[in-house]
Amino acid sequence: MIFQRLVTVVGREEVAEGIFALSLESAEVANSARPGQFINVRFSETALPLLRRPFSISRVDGSSIELLFNVIGQGTRLLASKRIGDRVDVLGPLGIPFGHQGGFDTAVIVAGGLGIAPFPFLTGLLKREKKRIATFVGAKTARQLVTRRLDDVQVATDDGSEGFRGTVVELLERNLSSNPVMRPKMFGCGPTPMLKALSAFAQEAGIECELSLEGDMACGVGLCQGCPVERANGRRKYALVCVEGPTFNCKEIVLR
Amino acid sequence: MIKESFSIRGVEFKNRVLVASGTFGYGDEVKDLVDVSKLGGICTKSLSWKPRDGNPPRRIVETPSGMLNSIGLANIGVHNFIDEKLPYLRQVDTKVIVNIAASSLQEYCDVLRLLEEQEGIDGYEINVSCPNVKEGGLNFGTDCSMTRRISEQLRALTEKPLIIKLTPNVTHISEFARAVEEAGADAVSVINTVIGMAVDIHKKKPKLSTVTGGLSGPAIKPIALAKVYEVAQAVKIPILGIGGIMTAEDAIEFLLVGATAVQVGTANFINPGTGVDVAEGLRRFAEQHQLADVAQLVGAMESNVEFSILQSWL
Ligand SMILES: Cc1cc2nc3c(=O)[nH]c(=O)nc-3n(C[C@H](O)[C@H](O)[C@H](O)COP(=O)(O)OP(=O)(O)OC[C@H]3O[C@@H](n4cnc5c(N)ncnc54)[C@H](O)[C@@H]3O)c2cc1C
Ligand SMILES: Cc1cc2nc3c(=O)[nH]c(=O)nc-3n(C[C@H](O)[C@H](O)[C@H](O)COP(=O)(O)O)c2cc1C
Ligand code: FES
Repeated sequence: MIFQRLVTVVGREEVAEGIFALSLESAEVANSARPGQFINVRFSETALPLLRRPFSISRVDGSSIELLFNVIGQGTRLLASKRIGDRVDVLGPLGIPFGHQGGFDTAVIVAGGLGIAPFPFLTGLLKREKKRIATFVGAKTARQLVTRRLDDVQVATDDGSEGFRGTVVELLERNLSSNPVMRPKMFGCGPTPMLKALSAFAQEAGIECELSLEGDMACGVGLCQGCPVERANGRRKYALVCVEGPTFNCKEIVLR
Repeated sequence: MIKESFSIRGVEFKNRVLVASGTFGYGDEVKDLVDVSKLGGICTKSLSWKPRDGNPPRRIVETPSGMLNSIGLANIGVHNFIDEKLPYLRQVDTKVIVNIAASSLQEYCDVLRLLEEQEGIDGYEINVSCPNVKEGGLNFGTDCSMTRRISEQLRALTEKPLIIKLTPNVTHISEFARAVEEAGADAVSVINTVIGMAVDIHKKKPKLSTVTGGLSGPAIKPIALAKVYEVAQAVKIPILGIGGIMTAEDAIEFLLVGATAVQVGTANFINPGTGVDVAEGLRRFAEQHQLADVAQLVGAMESNVEFSILQSWL
């Protein structure tokens, strides 16, 4: 069930430089949301910006959902200006959740930048299912690093201001080669170059890997055909990220 | 009771608000969110003979008060439509207009002929804003004699309402409307998207994979109104006004300049129930103005400036 509701902002926090956590009160969305799903948010009553903006459901806390986002352009700047008590229009939960069940013992979570957004929610669920978790987070610098509500975190920064100096996938490769984990499954989210590197590594190492994609969307519900990602095989050339994703097995898709 | 309905070639639409092709999928995507029985009708995504993959990403860019798209007519093809989507559309309590796109005159005819054998289709809308493969990709819809030929040939194949959807990307859209009327079409949809582009200044590249795309949304409403007005001076057949309609007030502007009904497009991406809200708002407006029939708004704009004078201004 997809809900379209005007919901109230019940929490707001700047968790790192230009990075905000926003809590929205909606029992319906909170109760039906699964890790990996997203909501499409409208926060202006004017035509500026015109379209909704998609955000991962970062966490569910009772009857509220939390978003974690950074300010990129007009839409996210406006969203960051929302205060407790303000209302936004939410459409969701949308998309296919992560496949968190089944044949793995250790979840290896790999996030680049704001790619951490969906993982607090997933981490909570995995902990309840008694899975082991290893988390790798990459950021440009320590100031933009967010690791809250994640488990067993190792950090990489581009400038070396915290943790490993280099990319998060380099950090992951080193770690897994020195301490191999039991029956792993990887979950990745972040910028496309990072996801490409992660996908290549996962396929080479023969580790199952799900990726959560971010891209341009208009409707978020399969109406516009605006969000294609290339499929690795099959009759159709593209899948729609909003309804067939945003989570995909890395072998199903080709990132460009 | 206010009369809200209107008819095209004997098919009665319960109100004057439809949802526009390509902005409401095949109708089943948002059945949880929208009571489609409150719409005048649904225009399906354009269908071609074979499924079409569409263009590579990026297909969508937001622009001031609008959006550019280059979907590339991605669709499931008419056969899959008949098997997978038509059974649902047969049950819905609203009129179903199947939109057809093609890359040759033959393909338009083949798709329509196959659809003629099916139950549950109330009419056709023909998207002529498609590249004509035989003519090196020249758009059918910018070639007046081609638009006329498509209309004539399809007219010969069906007794159902035949609506030709015109592109604004021509010098005089009224010439095209006249050609289509003479060819026997029952109505025109005005307008399809307006050619536009956007550039990424950091990458020094076009934002859309196809360089240019179709602009839609509130940004094009003034253009659409002027085109509907121009067409309304030229033809007697009904006009379905399209372009940037977000509210009932927008729809009323279209009716006043001469549209018989309207279609809601891009607004569905923001609120899939926009069409229902617009229909409701239209009814309320009629009520407040004590109109017996919403038709009283159609072409009711008062202007003492002659249209030809307006055109010579440009
Ligand atoms: C399923 C999904 C989940 C998402 N979850 C989150 C999340 O949890 N937290 C979060 O911060 N963001 C998330 N995003 C990305 C978020 O939607 C965009 O950052 C947002 O739409 C930007 O809006 P804006 O108006 O601020 O920027 P715009 O004005 O739309 O864009 C500004 C500039 O950034 C570029 N841009 C826009 N979106 C992206 C993008 N996704 N990737 C790269 N460049 C982009 C544009 O091309 C433009 O040049 C998600 C996207 C998707 C599809
Ligand atoms: C993403 C998108 C896809 C569209 N696809 C089609 C299509 O398949 N066939 C068609 O005839 N028109 C298509 N259109 C055009 C719309 O039906 C409509 O004519 C146009 O968008 C202007 O109306 P609007 O401003 O209300 O969106 C599409 C428009 C958009 C934005
Ligand atoms: S965003 Fe519209 S189909 Fe995916």
